[in-house]
Amino acid sequence: MSYFGDIYKGIKTLLTGMSVTGKYFLTSRKGAITQQYPDNKETLKMFERFRGEVVMPHDENNEHRCTGCQKCELACPNGSIEIIWDRQIDPESGKKKKMIDKHIYHLGMCTMCGLCIEACPTDAIVWAQNFENSVYDRSYLTKVLNQPNSKLKAGVED
Amino acid sequence: MNISLNITKTITELLSGFMPEGAANIGAMVTIALIYLAIFAVAGLYLVLLERKVAAWFQLRLGPNRVGPWGLLQTMADALKLVSKELTGTVKADKFLYNLAPYFVIVSSLMALAVFPFTKEFQAFDINIGIFFLIAISSIGVIGILLGGWASNNKFALIGAMRSGVQTISYELSVGLSLLTMVLLTGTLQLSEIVEVQKNGWLIVQGHIPAIIAFMIYMIAGTAETNRAPFDMVEAESELGAGFHTEYSGMKFAYFFLAEFINMFIIAAIATTVFFGGWLSPFGITESIPWLGVFWFIGKTFLLVFLMMWFRWTFPRLRVDQLLTLEWKYLLPLNLLNIILMAVIVWLNLTIQF
Ligand code: SF4
Ligand code: SF4
Repeated sequence: MSYFGDIYKGIKTLLTGMSVTGKYFLTSRKGAITQQYPDNKETLKMFERFRGEVVMPHDENNEHRCTGCQKCELACPNGSIEIIWDRQIDPESGKKKKMIDKHIYHLGMCTMCGLCIEACPTDAIVWAQNFENSVYDRSYLTKVLNQPNSKLKAGVED
Repeated sequence: MNISLNITKTITELLSGFMPEGAANIGAMVTIALIYLAIFAVAGLYLVLLERKVAAWFQLRLGPNRVGPWGLLQTMADALKLVSKELTGTVKADKFLYNLAPYFVIVSSLMALAVFPFTKEFQAFDINIGIFFLIAISSIGVIGILLGGWASNNKFALIGAMRSGVQTISYELSVGLSLLTMVLLTGTLQLSEIVEVQKNGWLIVQGHIPAIIAFMIYMIAGTAETNRAPFDMVEAESELGAGFHTEYSGMKFAYFFLAEFINMFIIAAIATTVFFGGWLSPFGITESIPWLGVFWFIGKTFLLVFLMMWFRWTFPRLRVDQLLTLEWKYLLPLNLLNIILMAVIVWLNLTIQF
């Protein structure tokens, strides 16, 4: 009797599907996911996991956590990150040490894959949730992530 | 309140005041045709809007809400845009057939509207073979689709049109047979009398089990007949571009589009008339105010239209072979069994009457 069994199963699965969409229909007025973008420009906040661009957070003393290890540069599949570093005398220990000069990030080449953030051993770079990234000239898309005169936060390297 | 909605008679009488009888009859027909055309062109536009809104709500979106309050003027704007667009065509198209096709589709779907009893009085054309006429007319539209697909001289259009042919020929059977099942119960093909019979309970109640089966089959086949998802292989975007109307633009495309929505209305209106008591109110609550029947009719129709939209935004598209399997292996045999069941029930007088 699989013929009638099939019909029964068919109708049952169709109704299951309809109940799912029906529930969505009833709750849609409250839970609409549409953002009416330019209207709510002021209040619109992107959710946590949104990948806007890679940024390097700095604390109030203008210190970041980037050691200049270049792991992110190696991890990036399309070369969007360039680390410019040199060896400087560390004022505390007096030894020569690899230090970051510029962390250059090409937003225009970035595919938002997140591999650099995965690779960073000190969590120096994170995702920002900004989304209005259009500019009039592509040179604006090349950014230096560490702020001028910033330095490595103490203790990160230990 | 006593509004006479018997428009055919009213207009004929009005016109025969200053015209010879023959001219008055023709004048009345033309007037009624124009009234229906105007009403249903606008209704079609709002059906499109409704569809878009419903689709949006099913997908947790908002739908059109920019043009006019709550987006009410959106489809008007779309129609204006379509009117103002250039009518393009292919060089190698069969010009005559290519131009004829959209009219075939839209005329056949508008013709079907003539026979619906919106209330006891408001019915343009009450022929005694109403159901038969509807079944016949609703399959003429496919000729327009076939013509359009063939004359466009485009692979996608041709494949789409052929699929449409396959689909309509198959599902026509189910639509016809499921309506026939109900005709067994009513004993008449005339739509006004079918509604009259339902004064003792809507047919879906009177005929209980076989009526419900017939209704389900009718809704499935009816959705297929209108070439809507999940049966929209005719215009399967991922495979065929836009299907049979790939080469159409502007107003000619709009005719196809409008026809689809009017067809949807027609399928729902037939179901309303045959299964849900047409303009009759539930339990006769507004029986004393006959003109309210229009609202009952429209209300029931829109519920069924909503059901079809629900189908569309829930189910994935079938393949051609699945489509034919569904029709020939499931719907058709079930339908034939159902007719026998209904015949037995009518014969043994097992119907539920109030
Ligand atoms: S997100 Fe991916 S593409 Fe962008 S900089 Fe990081 S590794 Fe490179
Ligand atoms: S951002 Fe992280 S991975 Fe890249 S150089 Fe700095 S510490 Fe190393």
